[in-house]
Amino acid sequence: MLKIAKERLNELYGKIAQTQGLFIPVKKAGEVNYAIWGEGKEVSLETLKTVKSPKNMFFPQTENMMKFKTEGKNIDIIDMRDEKRPYVLFGVKACDYKAIEVLDKVFLADPVDTFYKARREATTIVTLACSRPEESCFCSVFGIDATAPAGDVTVWLDNENLYWQSNTEKGEALTAAVKELFTDGGEAEVEAQKAATKEILQKLPFAALDLSRFKPENLNELFDDPAWEELSEACLGCGTCTFVCPTCQCFDIRDFKTNDGILRYRCWDSCMYSDFTLMAHGNSRTTQMQRYRQRFMHKLVYYPSQNDGLYSCVGCGRCVNKCPQHLNIVKVIKTLGGKNDD
Amino acid sequence: MREVELKMKERAAELLQSGEVARVIGWKKGEFYFDPTPAVFESADELDGFVYNGFCGANLSKYLIQQSKKEGKTAIFLKPCDSFSFNQLVKEHRIKREDIYVIAIECQGKLDVEKLKEKGVSAVTEVEENGGEVVVSSLYGTVTLAKDEVLLSKCETCKSKVHQVKDEEIVFNEMQAGKKDRFEMVEKLEAMTEAERFAFWKEQLSKCIRCNACRNVCPACSCIKCVFDNPASGVAAKANDSEFEEQMFHIIRAFHVAGRCTDCGECSRVCPQNIPLHLLNRKFIKDIDTLYGEYQAGETADGKTPLTSYTESDAEPNDVMNGEAK
Repeated sequence: MLKIAKERLNELYGKIAQTQGLFIPVKKAGEVNYAIWGEGKEVSLETLKTVKSPKNMFFPQTENMMKFKTEGKNIDIIDMRDEKRPYVLFGVKACDYKAIEVLDKVFLADPVDTFYKARREATTIVTLACSRPEESCFCSVFGIDATAPAGDVTVWLDNENLYWQSNTEKGEALTAAVKELFTDGGEAEVEAQKAATKEILQKLPFAALDLSRFKPENLNELFDDPAWEELSEACLGCGTCTFVCPTCQCFDIRDFKTNDGILRYRCWDSCMYSDFTLMAHGNSRTTQMQRYRQRFMHKLVYYPSQNDGLYSCVGCGRCVNKCPQHLNIVKVIKTLGGKNDD
Repeated sequence: MREVELKMKERAAELLQSGEVARVIGWKKGEFYFDPTPAVFESADELDGFVYNGFCGANLSKYLIQQSKKEGKTAIFLKPCDSFSFNQLVKEHRIKREDIYVIAIECQGKLDVEKLKEKGVSAVTEVEENGGEVVVSSLYGTVTLAKDEVLLSKCETCKSKVHQVKDEEIVFNEMQAGKKDRFEMVEKLEAMTEAERFAFWKEQLSKCIRCNACRNVCPACSCIKCVFDNPASGVAAKANDSEFEEQMFHIIRAFHVAGRCTDCGECSRVCPQNIPLHLLNRKFIKDIDTLYGEYQAGETADGKTPLTSYTESDAEPNDVMNGEAK
């Protein structure tokens, strides 16, 4: 294990940024989100939850896919991708890292999403262990250890130092590039922090959520449960929960006429929206209750039934914090999840 | 606030049991003290989870558009600021006054859990309101904060503690109006140079994630189909395509609610990126006050409004543009 004093972190960022793009939680106009690092940027590793998750780095909220130019009967298809410069995604929490695994199963499965794949391959992920989980966190329910996330490199942060441990080949390569800034040591500090954090994790109010009823065989029963009406009653139909969610993966593709041909782009979509999966005949989900149910059934039943039981919620708690009317997946789990929560 | 809550619950039960109303719109308990959810209660048995506390900041009036269309009368609890939105909805024929029973309730300013967290308090498990103090318990210890420091922004500049509409009232204590001037920040923005102001809004609006929470919560945004939800329009509500798109969305929205916005502050309360959207609306309110005379949307449910009626003394658009209008 290696360590570096906290006050020297800017040197570390600068060193990484010499050869690669560095995406890291940065404070802008009061809010912390992942952004590219540069001199003078206010990095905030202490922020437990960035507003948007790092999924944006692989699956951007909006991206241009291609252009079409027509001349007579010919259509030229112009690929708009630039070559992906290698970059480092720094400070990813355990829940958000698990969320990347959830996304990989969708975007890297056949047919492979080559836009996503190119970014994934170009990225080295440095994860950061949590030391101050809060009341809305429930990653442990999904078997995630917030004190020891995976990733190419794992780092721990305390009041004095950042501790660094590389886990993969990509991680070794990054370590070699920055090693001169580090000294050896830190095992004892990291172990102490892990133990202290684990104690807090056990005490978190959502630590014992029961997911036992969310199984493929209960799909119809859960779908028809009358509780959805009440659960969704106050839903505004905004997209906050889906856009702050690290695992929400739905997108829409549209063509726009521009002065310079036709532009095809994609953007995040939200099952909360009235034009989600809009087809020629209309919308398959006509009420907000149906849209609301779709989101949670997808996370807790549909996705796991297609992915060996892996839930597509990671317990990051962003929807718990950000829903304008305090609706969230925890209330759904407690109402429909199983005996423990009755 | 406890006595107010008990009385509200009692009245809700009476109204439902007597059949005077078919449903009551209020708040129900969340997972914590600080996350109550707007809720519709249709029988007295459902009232177990009824709650009213310092975190009931949500403006319930917009729920009436859906709920009051149902069979039978709907009762609703309104704080003073929510009552302005109610009148505006009646004025715009979105709801019918006679379908609704309004219970005016006491409000001493509502609290912002995010501000608690900004004070360094995390893993909050309990909050206790104690007059001017808020006692916050967390897994990392207990802290006492002054209530004024953790009020929702909209409550810091509360414009009125007078209910604009009511059928009955549950108020035990005198209500204190906001301590800050609500146009202070607008004036600061006006004093900036054009470039500074542009930079301010560009930085703020570039955080927008196009979740549309501001639009969906806004009682003035009551269009049955929003222009941004029309796939044929060439713009998409969900596509945060460029900085320009975000500015266009928010500026169009601000223009559309100009003269109708009651300044309830819900847009800024719900914004996940904490963009001070209410400042756009407040600028319009201030301009209307200056150009057409003092006007507060939602003060009454009828009468003329400055932007929808013509008088010969109306300001000339050119003079307004040149800053010469009085």
